[in-house]
Amino acid sequence: MKYFSEENMILINDLKKIKEDTIKKMSMSEVEEGFRIVVGMATCGITAGAKPVYESLLTLINKLELNNVSVVQVGCIGECALEPIVEVYDAQQNRTTYCKVKENDAERIINHHILAKEVVEDLLISKHRI
Amino acid sequence: MGLLAQVIICGCPRCMEKGSELIRNEFIKQIKKLQLEDEIKVIMSGSLGLCDRGPIVIMYPETTFYVNVNVSDVEEICMEHLLKGNIIERLAIVNFTEEEDIKIKKFKEMNFYVKQERIALRNCGIINPFDINEYIAKDGFFALTKILTEMTPMQVVEEISKSGLRGRGGGGFLTGLKWSLAAKNSSDQKFVICNADEGDPGAFMDRAVLEGDPYSIIEAMAIAGYAIGSSQGYIYVRAEYPLAVERINFAIQEAYKNGVLGSNIFKTDFSFFLETRLGAGAFVCGEETALIASIEGERGMPRNKPPFPAVSGLWKKPTIINNVETLANIPVIINRGAEWFTKIGTEASKGTKVFALGGKIANTGLLEIPMGTTLRDVIYGIGGGIPNGKKFKAVQTGGPSGGCLTANDLDTPIDYDNLIALGSMMGSGGMIVMDEDNCMVDVARFFLEFTVEESCGKCTPCREGTKRMLEILQKITKGEGCLEDLDELEELAYSIKDSALCGLGQTAPNPVLSTLKNFYNEYYSHVVDKKCPAGVCRDLIKYVITDACIGCGKCKRNCPVDAISGNTRQKHIIDQNLCIRCGACKMACSFHAIITE
Repeated sequence: MKYFSEENMILINDLKKIKEDTIKKMSMSEVEEGFRIVVGMATCGITAGAKPVYESLLTLINKLELNNVSVVQVGCIGECALEPIVEVYDAQQNRTTYCKVKENDAERIINHHILAKEVVEDLLISKHRI
Repeated sequence: MGLLAQVIICGCPRCMEKGSELIRNEFIKQIKKLQLEDEIKVIMSGSLGLCDRGPIVIMYPETTFYVNVNVSDVEEICMEHLLKGNIIERLAIVNFTEEEDIKIKKFKEMNFYVKQERIALRNCGIINPFDINEYIAKDGFFALTKILTEMTPMQVVEEISKSGLRGRGGGGFLTGLKWSLAAKNSSDQKFVICNADEGDPGAFMDRAVLEGDPYSIIEAMAIAGYAIGSSQGYIYVRAEYPLAVERINFAIQEAYKNGVLGSNIFKTDFSFFLETRLGAGAFVCGEETALIASIEGERGMPRNKPPFPAVSGLWKKPTIINNVETLANIPVIINRGAEWFTKIGTEASKGTKVFALGGKIANTGLLEIPMGTTLRDVIYGIGGGIPNGKKFKAVQTGGPSGGCLTANDLDTPIDYDNLIALGSMMGSGGMIVMDEDNCMVDVARFFLEFTVEESCGKCTPCREGTKRMLEILQKITKGEGCLEDLDELEELAYSIKDSALCGLGQTAPNPVLSTLKNFYNEYYSHVVDKKCPAGVCRDLIKYVITDACIGCGKCKRNCPVDAISGNTRQKHIIDQNLCIRCGACKMACSFHAIITE
């Protein structure tokens, strides 16, 4: 298998820069009021219905042209009984965990959390986990 | 705001009888009224002991014991204790006996706010598994560059040896020792294999790592390759994990594209190539020699050891085989140093362990805890206890190779050696919690059924012996067993343990042996009284309608064999000759009027 070409190759000295750049990108700290939304999409999350949630989040972001929000899929967070799980990080890395999120909850998360800056109380993990 | 306090209410049958359920509901109501439901959690636990003075309520973290609590006391406890921090002398336990004193001390030492410590799962659920840059942002490939530029292969092996890391796949063999054996053998080619053939029922931690953090496995395997002098690795992953296969394959391609796999990685002299191999899901292929046979294209069957794979493995070349979770620890150990790693865990078991917690537990899921955490902390702390106020009976660790731990073992720190001493094993980390509704004979039968199904058939003890054991267990669960059967079961178990070819056969009798040891009375009830105390074994139970029946007829309508008769508004009766014991009537009844005997 020979996939790589010289110009793609990561060099040892590049790593630090890639790290710094990606941290900035991930934390959305360079955009005004940045948010990173992650959706748990390992086998457990997908089985519980994370895919439609992820897709409707993406659709909403595009529709509302929210350039300050990134939506990414991640692996399993470990709370398998509470999937699908959506976590919202603000630019200060404060983390809000929503669980048992359904497709139509995506709109509430965008409208309340991102736009109105209000937490969606009934989806909070503390309401579900013992 | 985070969690500030916990109210723990005893959920043992005696306290339940005295109204602990009502007390719990009242606490929830009062706390809601005070709008403190995010800060204060109300938990119904298993027996807290001291139940002569029940219902018992414990306030955490101060560990105040309130005894003989009444529903009418709850408001006062909330207002005085939770809001103002005043202990209510009237209810607090003051004059306790020596025995009670010991119990209370135990509670004080146990920490309900157990912290998980994430090493293997550090990136799972945090980074995008498709984006190599996000892995780099979490210090990815820094360990690989560190060893390529600053360390000799021997130093890498030494660092891993010093860390005391042990194989997370079950056996607990020292990873550093494994690496050093392979490193010592000179050969034109050596191989690094990642064992992702996770077959234990109820275990899914390897899948979580492969799906959530695939690059960490790639990096760790390259590090292993450098350490032992190998340029070729294989990830053996089961085909039943399609998403894991997809993500690891994607990650491998990305790694090639970015030059972190292939020839001259990071423009150094080191080259490493990686491929996946799919297993067809045979349990035995998790055994290393069977796994090697499977990669070679042979039928997946174990062979005798020695020679060990570190001497003669894949295609007769020195080979190391490490489990996914073991590998996930490697980059962190290199980055942060062996010394940091040895500070976590116990004397002989360093680091953390990932467990898949399932069964009769409030919070099912994956958790990673430092070695040495007690079972109680896992089950009642992180796990949230047993749901529906049921009583904890046992926890099964190690899957079909492991055994059961009972309520007496709750305070044992979890590590490799303690679990083996208790007749179980760490295994790959499945932890199945069982409550009073689980029949332990049935549990043993379930695991043995699995082994019989999965036995490769190469050696007679496993092929024939486990089958015979299963037959005896089936006889017992049907109520046809006798006391001699129990002796025969034990004798067979020990001879299989002594004579089976591979680790799977040798450990197959463990579920039977450990249930026989810890729950002999249940076996006894099955063979002598012909009763299943937990009400699970179909042939030994009967469904009976009690006086609570109001004659609504719902059970009659739901019975598939028309075994229930009775007039409307009169108590119904089940014809035991017709009843097939499917339990549909019990499920249907809204008045809990149908019980099993």
